[in-house]
Order: sequence, then structure tokens, then C-alpha cells
Amino acid sequence: MLTLTHFLMLSGALFAIAMAGIFINRKNMILLLMCIELLLLAVNFNFIAFSHFLGNADGQIFVFFILTVAAAEAAIGLAILVTLFRTRASIDVEDMDSLKG
Amino acid sequence: MGFVIPEFGPAMAEIALATGICVVLLADLFISDKHRGFTLLLALITLVLTGVAVTGGAGGSILTFSGSYIADPLSQVLKLFTLLIVAVVFVYSHSYLRDRGLLKGEYYLLGLFATLGMFVMISAHSLITMYLGLELMSLALYAMVAFDRESPVAAEAAMKYFILGAIASGVALYGMSIIYGLTGSLQLNEIAAVLRGPDAGTPAVMLGTAFVLIGVAFKFGAVPFHNWVPDVYQGAATSTTLFIGTAPKLAAFAMMFRLLETGLGAEDFAWEPMLVVLAVLSLAVGNVVAIAQTNIKRMLAYSTIGHVGFILLGFSTGTVEGYQAALFYTIVYSIMAAGAFGIVILMSQRGFEAEELSDFKGLNQRSPWFAGMMLLVMVSMIGIPPFVGFFAKLNVLAALVDINRTLLAVLAVLFSVIGAFYYLRVIRLMYFDEAEDTSPLQAGFDVRVLVSMNGLAVLLLGLFANPLLAICAAAIG
Repeated sequence: MLTLTHFLMLSGALFAIAMAGIFINRKNMILLLMCIELLLLAVNFNFIAFSHFLGNADGQIFVFFILTVAAAEAAIGLAILVTLFRTRASIDVEDMDSLKG
Repeated sequence: MGFVIPEFGPAMAEIALATGICVVLLADLFISDKHRGFTLLLALITLVLTGVAVTGGAGGSILTFSGSYIADPLSQVLKLFTLLIVAVVFVYSHSYLRDRGLLKGEYYLLGLFATLGMFVMISAHSLITMYLGLELMSLALYAMVAFDRESPVAAEAAMKYFILGAIASGVALYGMSIIYGLTGSLQLNEIAAVLRGPDAGTPAVMLGTAFVLIGVAFKFGAVPFHNWVPDVYQGAATSTTLFIGTAPKLAAFAMMFRLLETGLGAEDFAWEPMLVVLAVLSLAVGNVVAIAQTNIKRMLAYSTIGHVGFILLGFSTGTVEGYQAALFYTIVYSIMAAGAFGIVILMSQRGFEAEELSDFKGLNQRSPWFAGMMLLVMVSMIGIPPFVGFFAKLNVLAALVDINRTLLAVLAVLFSVIGAFYYLRVIRLMYFDEAEDTSPLQAGFDVRVLVSMNGLAVLLLGLFANPLLAICAAAIG
């Protein structure tokens, strides 16, 4: 029998993988975008699990909004990626060092 | 159960703004590049009409849209100042963008969309509306940073801002999901009611609060979530930096107030110690690292971080006086920042960016009046009476001393004394160094008038601080 804890553990694991992916990845910018999507999916999983076990639909409605926003976010991210590639012909994370932050 | 049509009246400002955006979007298609000033005019008319809609709202606090939207005195004050600052920013940016061939209708449209996002954040009363407002603002800002498509630095800054911003909203969302799971509600007042109840599980609430707080701290640019601030300020075109550095701070204040005070205000202020840590770190890093900067935009970025430390410190008191002080500081800061970046824009001429501190050398010889305006802004940022920055700092310190946190007040004063160094350095460069380029400043009439008004506002608001203080007191009563 699956309990709420199982779902929360899965979503926590997804969240951790996404975070690790963002910080360990030193190569490709597209991987970062994928990790961000995974991050949002982990959150969605959390909301749906809570929503199911609380018997309350609010969380599932929130998920619809998150999915929509995630799509818009991916579009903007890819658009920025295209301008980045056009101006410097590289999307390596390591090449992003002309600003010293 | 029937469907009840929500009351649209309280959201009139957002409706007016959204309608205005559609009009600008359509009209801009038919405007040639030569007459782009017309788009600015339309955008300003939209802002004015929205302002009328904001002031036309009834007093008191009204909940609508099933409790996910609130119209109250705080939202009115924040919205009016947001509109004012966005309008000032639009006018400042016009000639800068024109001189660089960047004058496209999209700048104003993205700015208006970001403003709409800020409005939704300011009036958010559920986690959904807060998230949607936050994303609407952020997505428009990411695009605005990448607006200068030919510039490799702008693209890099936009990418960094985008990645870090997306992580921050993801983390904040994770916190929201935990809070939803614990309370079974997305509405802020219902969340607060559950958390004040007897069976609120403390460690889990702490976890959720911490995650939400990371999102807030990121939007403010508080240390240790400040990495994007200097890069984005430096990389983006100055007109965009001006936008990002001013109005979104007001929205970030609203986000902090709604989420932490209205939503998570119970639970014995689980966020209070966290905020204090963020505030002290921001004060330290902001004021100390700013000294090492040679780029004026980077310096102002670190100065922002230092000021954010003050705002968070005022907020962390958890008292009404503290909230009022933080609100006052936020409003004052955005006016001062608009002035400072306005002068940077004024000095940037066709084919020349005033980016380095050395560009300010001998500004007094080139234009004594604008050197004087920069002097007013810098002195106000240091916090010397009778300028308005002084009262902003004084209120925060008074709120801290009121609840016996004298040590924190002393620390804050200490760091602002360290911070005074780099503001004074700008003044020294302007007045005591020889100018390398003695040609007088060339700037449009509109920018000149506006910079002068902005500089004088910093002085006048300080001399007559009471009305603004009264407004802040009425907003958070």
C-alpha cells in the first residue's frame, strides 16, 4: 500500500536530483533547462500527492498553473539560449565568465 | 453549489492595466520606428489611467476572487508608487534606447507586463496568485535583460538571471507545496488560521517557511542569494538595470509581507531568526564588497544589497513599526535608485556608456547642476540628515531598539559607516578630480527635468518626511 510518505520521498528525490544536476553540471546549458523542468515536476508531484491525500482539489488546480508557467518559462529560456549562442557561438556553462559574479 | 461570479471592482487597476497593454500591443504594430515616441505616450497614458483606477478603489480591505485577491490600503500605496516609478523609468529610458537603436515597442510592453505581474503580487492573497504574479514579473524581466540582442554580456546576464530565478521560484514553490500539505489550503488567511491552531507541526512548517523565504530573498537579492544582482545590473542595458533596480523591490516587499506576515505570521515567527541572518549578511557583503568595485553599475548593485539588508532588518522585528519602517525604506530606496541610475543614463551618450567610476571624474566641471543632483542622491544613500535616506535608516533603527535589539542596530550603523566610503568616493571623483573629457553633458530636455525632480525629491522628502511616513503608517495599521 502506497502512503503519502512514499510520494513525498519520490518527489524529494526528484527535487534533489534536479538540484544536484544544476550544481554539478559544468558542461551544457540545455541540461540546466532540463533540470529546472525536473524541479518543477517534483513540486507538481508534491502538490498532487498532498491534494489526493487531503481530499482537496486546490493542489491539482495549482499544478495546472505550474505546468502552464513552466511551458512559458522553457520558451523564454530557450529564446535566451538562442541569443546566447548567436552572440558567442557556445552554450558551455564554463564559458559564462565574462561577468565575474 | 452554484458558481458565484466574483466581484471585479477591487481588481479594476489590473483590468485597466491589462486592457491598456492590449491597446499598446496592437497600436505599436502600426507605429513606424520614427514615431516610437507615440508608444511611450500610450504606455504613460495606460499607467496614468491605471493610477486613476487604483485611487478610485474603495477604502478598507476587500477580498475577492474566492479570497485569492486582496485590495487594501497597503496594495494601494505600493501600486501607486510602482506606477510612478515605472513611468519615471520609461521616460528616462526613452532617449537612451533611441541613441542605441534599441527603441522598440517591446521595451515598453515588457515593462508594462512586468508591472502587471507586480500588481498581481501586490494584491495576491493566495499562493496561486502570488506565484502567477511572480512569474509574470520575472519572465518579463528575463526577456528585458536579453533585450539588447547584439550584446554578448546582456545574453550572459539574462541566462544567469533566468537560471537562478527559475531555481528560486522552484524552491519557493516546493516550500509552498509543503505548506499546502500541512494546512490544506492555498489561501493566506486560512493558512495563518491553521498555523495558529494547536496541531501545527513545527519542524515541517520551519522547512516550508525556509524554502519560501529563499524565494523572497532571491527576489530581493539578499545574501547569500545575491549572485545574480551585480551580474545582471552590469550586463543589462542601463535602461533595463534602471527598471530591475527600482520597481520590483516594491513587489518583493509585497511578496515578503503577504507570505511571511499574512500567511506564516504565526508559528512564533519561525522566519524571524532566518531574516536576521540574511539581513546581517546582506549588510556586510553589500557594503564591504561595494568598495572594491570600479564599475558604477556593479557598485550600485552591491549598494542595493546593503540597502536590502536594512529593509530585511526592519521587517525581521515583526512589529507594526518595523513593517512600516521597512515599507518606508523600500519606497525611499526605489526613488533614490531611480535617481542614481537616472544620472548614469544621463551621462551615457551616443556610442558611450558611463559604466566606470572614472567616468564621473570632474562631473562638477562639466555640469555642476547634475553633479549636485548626484551629490544629493549619494548623500541620501549614506543616510545623512536632512535627506530622506536618513529617516529611512532612523526608522529601522528605532524599530530595532524598541524591541531591545540594540546590538543589531549598532551593527547596522557600523556597516552603513563602512558603506559611506564608496558613496563619498563618487562625490570625491565628481568634485575634486579633473575631468578627462570636459565636454558638457548632452541629454534631452525630458531626462534633464526628470533627473532634477528626482534629485530634489530626495531632498524635499527628507525635509518634509511626515506625509510619506503617514502614508506608510496608514498602509500598515
